Amino acid sequence: MTARLFELMLKAAGYTVVISVASIGIGLLVGILVCAAKLSPRPWLRWPAGVFVSFFRGVPLLVQLLLIYNLLPAVGIVVPSVVAALVGLSLCTAAYQAENLRGGFASVPRGLLEAADMAGLSPWQQFRRIRAPIALRLTVPALVNEAILILKASSLVSVVGVIELTRTAQNLAASTYEPLLFYSVAGGLYLAINWIVAGGGALAERGLRRGRLA
Amino acid sequence: MTLPAPAIAIRRLCKSYGQTEVLHGIDLEIARGATTCLIGPSGSGKSTLLRCIAFLEEATSGTILVNGQPLGFEEQADGRRRRLPQARIREVRSGIGMVFQQFNLWPHMTALGNVTEALVTVQGLSRREAGERGMAQLRRVGLEARARHYPSELSGGQQQRVAIARALALEPKILLFDEPTASLDPELTGEVLNVMRDLGDEGMTMVVVTHEIGFAATVGQRIVFLDHGRVLLNGPPAELFAPPRHPRLTQFLETYLDRGAAMLLKPA
Repeated sequence: MTARLFELMLKAAGYTVVISVASIGIGLLVGILVCAAKLSPRPWLRWPAGVFVSFFRGVPLLVQLLLIYNLLPAVGIVVPSVVAALVGLSLCTAAYQAENLRGGFASVPRGLLEAADMAGLSPWQQFRRIRAPIALRLTVPALVNEAILILKASSLVSVVGVIELTRTAQNLAASTYEPLLFYSVAGGLYLAINWIVAGGGALAERGLRRGRLA
Repeated sequence: MTLPAPAIAIRRLCKSYGQTEVLHGIDLEIARGATTCLIGPSGSGKSTLLRCIAFLEEATSGTILVNGQPLGFEEQADGRRRRLPQARIREVRSGIGMVFQQFNLWPHMTALGNVTEALVTVQGLSRREAGERGMAQLRRVGLEARARHYPSELSGGQQQRVAIARALALEPKILLFDEPTASLDPELTGEVLNVMRDLGDEGMTMVVVTHEIGFAATVGQRIVFLDHGRVLLNGPPAELFAPPRHPRLTQFLETYLDRGAAMLLKPA
């Protein structure tokens, strides 16, 4: 493999990282909203959030991507394929992250909120100062897990024509007749990226250790 | 001459969980500036009563006046109860501090952060001012040096003292303690009880649910003995614990010999 081809692979890996990070970020924001809706006392918020989660967790990501890719133009929205890919990945991870967050909120001990009640904190102040920070901390390990899953799942967006790491490896394997080489390099790059993500997660958990539930 | 209004006045308070009534019409007045200890066997309803006074549980019927103000519900002219607006509830409750069996410190905040949280978030004090007041309260419980520690880095006794400082920082008129030493190792209960003893000496109105009979007998000015959801006995410890004792109380004390009850039972 020449240096130029390896550079192509690296660039494609960078593209994979950008798509994944963007999806995880958007997914976290959407996930927070979905989680808030699912915890809401209002049924008209809870119900759609439940449908959202069961759809995006229940339908394979590959099918979701193909659906969104073909649905958007059908309703008159013409977007580059990368946008369709981002929408699909983000909504899918949002559903999982919403459930992770809901678990985090459910694990906040009741007594901590009673203490906040006695200290005079309003429900919103309790959410902002007590519930959300503790739930987010409890969710960090699951968030790292989800980030790794999405990095790997991002290889699926090649089906809607996004040229990321997997697709680049496929193209180069086909044109050079050296599939083993390029798929090995692709695998190695995925592994390296995820190793960094896992390391970052471990650092974050260590940084938060002092503030863990006693 | 009129008697000073009690800190807490409880009238015909009942509390049920589903079909099970756990408090059967409690009438009780808590004197201002005194330490009242609620004792009784497990399931006698003492923690439930305390949680009703904190409005963490809503009584099924009856009224509670805190510093003369109705808490949670107001009795109307026709005798029916009306739920008070949330703002009124919060206002009346701001006169009450609570210390829990499980400490319930917020784990993501330092000791000082726990003490200053409501000063900043609820009372709107500046960080600096809140910090000074918070440090003063930590000094009061002897934990100034632990201000920057997180709860996970403190012993149980230290955590409970931080929790007391957190309650004190809001300058409550009444402090409620729900079995404050029950989840502590025996060698750590002393430091918490000492802080409480000091508070009692300073004239803080305290209601303490406890199994520490020795503490109740020496620090409590008033002992309320609950049994099966009723106030069975209510009086100063010297009166209650001296023979001839109520047989239920004797029976209860015999199960708590290791918590300082032994000295009350030994023949004089």
